[in-house]
Amino acid sequence: MTHKPFAITLGVGSSLANKTGSWRVERPVYVDRLPPCNNGCPAGENIQAWLYQAEEGDYEAAWRIIMESNPLPAIMGRACFHPCELACNRVQIDEAVGINAVERFLGDRAIESGWTVTSTAPASGRKVLVVGSGPAGLSAAYHLRLMGHDVEVYEGAPLPGGMLRYGIPAYRLPRDVVDAEIDRIRAMGVVFRLNSPVDDVESLMSKGGFDAAFVAVGSQRGKNPEIPSGDAAKVLDAVSMLHGFEEGEGPVLGRRVVVYGGGDTAMDAARTAQRLGATETIVVYRRTRDRMPAHDEEVIDAQAEGVQMRWLSTVTRAEGGRLMLEKMVLDDAGKAVGTGEFEELEADSLVLALGQDTDLSLLDGSAGVDTAGGVIGVDHNQMTGRAGVFAGGDAAASPTGERTVTAAVGHGARAAAAIDRWIVGEILEVPERRPLATLDRLNPWYYADAPRTMRPRLEAVRRRSNFDEVVGGLNADDALFEARRCMSCGNCFECDNCFGVCPDNAVIKLGSGLRYEFNLDYCKGCGICAKECPCGAIDMVPEHR
Amino acid sequence: MTTERTPVRFYQVGSFAVGNRLVALDQRSAQSDPERANSLTSGHRACAGCGEALGARYALDAAMRITKGQLVAVNSTGCLEVFSTPYPETSWRIPWLHSLFANAPSVATGVAAGLRAKGRGDVRVVGQGGDGGTADIGFGSLSGMFERNDDVLFICYDNQGYMNTGVQRSGTTPGAARTATTQAVGPHPGNVFGQGKDMPRIAMAHDIPYVATATVADLFDLETKVERAMAHHGARYLHVLVPCPLGWGAASSDTIRLARLAHESGIFPVFEAEHGQVVSSLPIRRRTPVEEYLRPQRRFAHLFNKSGEVSAVDVVAQIQAQADRNIERYGLLTEEEL
Repeated sequence: MTHKPFAITLGVGSSLANKTGSWRVERPVYVDRLPPCNNGCPAGENIQAWLYQAEEGDYEAAWRIIMESNPLPAIMGRACFHPCELACNRVQIDEAVGINAVERFLGDRAIESGWTVTSTAPASGRKVLVVGSGPAGLSAAYHLRLMGHDVEVYEGAPLPGGMLRYGIPAYRLPRDVVDAEIDRIRAMGVVFRLNSPVDDVESLMSKGGFDAAFVAVGSQRGKNPEIPSGDAAKVLDAVSMLHGFEEGEGPVLGRRVVVYGGGDTAMDAARTAQRLGATETIVVYRRTRDRMPAHDEEVIDAQAEGVQMRWLSTVTRAEGGRLMLEKMVLDDAGKAVGTGEFEELEADSLVLALGQDTDLSLLDGSAGVDTAGGVIGVDHNQMTGRAGVFAGGDAAASPTGERTVTAAVGHGARAAAAIDRWIVGEILEVPERRPLATLDRLNPWYYADAPRTMRPRLEAVRRRSNFDEVVGGLNADDALFEARRCMSCGNCFECDNCFGVCPDNAVIKLGSGLRYEFNLDYCKGCGICAKECPCGAIDMVPEHR
Repeated sequence: MTTERTPVRFYQVGSFAVGNRLVALDQRSAQSDPERANSLTSGHRACAGCGEALGARYALDAAMRITKGQLVAVNSTGCLEVFSTPYPETSWRIPWLHSLFANAPSVATGVAAGLRAKGRGDVRVVGQGGDGGTADIGFGSLSGMFERNDDVLFICYDNQGYMNTGVQRSGTTPGAARTATTQAVGPHPGNVFGQGKDMPRIAMAHDIPYVATATVADLFDLETKVERAMAHHGARYLHVLVPCPLGWGAASSDTIRLARLAHESGIFPVFEAEHGQVVSSLPIRRRTPVEEYLRPQRRFAHLFNKSGEVSAVDVVAQIQAQADRNIERYGLLTEEEL
């Protein structure tokens, strides 16, 4: 206190001595919420996490995050109907992030670059049987192998892939892509037994010494309702037609083809018929366009390729060269009812796409398995009534009724996790889902305006004569742009906004990848950080007194 | 346009958020730097959510970055002075002086002259104050500083009233706003229209090298303007809109949102001028009716009924007309929006 200027009695102190945190009635808390894309993904992908890596251009890291849940990114980037994009919050701002396109880009990049996955888990010595090599079977086999189990996949067909190969036409899913992703699983040590239909799961399990089984035989049999038909009528079912075509039998359909049904398989059959030389392909459906179960994208593509639609009609009789249709109306409940009014339609062939079912006789010997209604009953862990036998894919009952490639991959992954627990005598505990990151929690002002990048599409006229892939992929620039449209809903992506907007400097930046921390000594609880957080990753909670 | 930023490829949050892990360090705002100057540090006694505390740190940290720490600030009396320096504590981490309410521009002039006399032309001088110290009490000395073209950047943090003395009306209080001295009573409740002082235009009328406005809602814009101002010598003026939760009767968390709405509605035009001519303006991104800006503020509560609908239709229309005039005068809409 000796060298003080005149009339100054106290030394200068910093206001840091004044802990303004004591004013606070609410405190900010960083939270992580479930992004709607992840919530909407039937395969259980952590989409936001892989987009985060892709935003930085680290495509391999992004791909490896996909591979944690889904071993088929290049396939999924083509065949998935991307419910994630329907759920995406960005839909309400401009357009959904093109998640599916980025996934395909990553999947293709992995195939080009030869990225592989190896199991680092110690060998468990346990053996698991997988019946069926479709998406569910492949997914289960992959995950089980990653966990260190020996896996044998039994497949009745000469080539693996199930519906990926024999159901989805090549113009939607090229076969080299299917082969590449299956080969990667094979290279991990999964054993494929092809041309090996299974007729009794129980005896195969005991003969082969399997500890558990996953049944994913799909629904490969077209439903054949009784349609009175004359001898000369050419009637075939869509599933057999697509399968047969894949095996090299060119079905003779004629010039005028009628496809009966309104699902995705009907669209596949109609678009395939167009490519096989039909001059006119007509889809007959008993209800209206908005009630069609087929995905919009498929219907739009089919129509672009010249497929015609006839709504509110049923086929009542097939004769050689012509069909009898009955006109329908929708009643108040939306059910189609006949009007008694008939008309004739010329047709060289009739393709039935009225749903599929499954031959489940392979489970006849397994006591306790519920196969009522033509599907295998399973619990939330995909286990059937016979302990140790699990089921998934189209063959299993699904609570949502969803029968897609993506749901099948999810079933496979969940079953694998449950099998892994079951063979050591435990039950898989599914963690509770985090609360959803809804748009009202976001501050979208901070996101730059950026409409999505469209994937190139083959011109419709050029599609009719061949099975070239219709939808193209994104280039690296566009994929990066598209990934960066992600708003990271509900999870901090380190934009520094909270760090910048605090009037009290009460946010501590911990460094790249480490996010931030609040300095509660000085935070007055004003709530600006929470309101200005672009992605809604800060909650204000009352202080306890 | 004002925001002539280094063009960056689209980065998720564009150039609107404080930082971005994908952007090069030198393209981020001064505020995203963990080593930023923090010219106004923690422990100050500003109300929770104070826009002025935020605006002062934004502006001075940017000036500190440009001058590499060679900066002196002279403060007029007002909230900013009172909450930052209750004797013997200070929140300032820069050389800082306070003399009187009315004389901050004159003191700043003196500091600049003194530095020049000592051959310290590398040290730059900022004068700063609230709207009271700028538009009313310090107006004469500020005008003199402009007239003499002294080498000072004067920053006005405008919260549209005398807030720390109990929310009295100032020369920048907007029409219809309720303050302690313009109560919401009588046939024309709140502040009267047509008597305010449009400080940026008054500054422009002095033909000084640089005049600009900014808000705490667009950090990049504010920092760019401080940079531009420091690139000039002579008298410069920066007018920053800083919402006041206390005086405006708004939620403390709404400070930045209100500043954003002020710009997006056009009621507070963000522009810059050189030598008396407007040279650019910050376009409105999403045009908003003024009622969206007025509704969250209790000082305008008498313009709305209990369910939040506009009840004083003519008054709100008058405020909207002001916003529309700003939009036209400063060209705040891009061509496609017009």
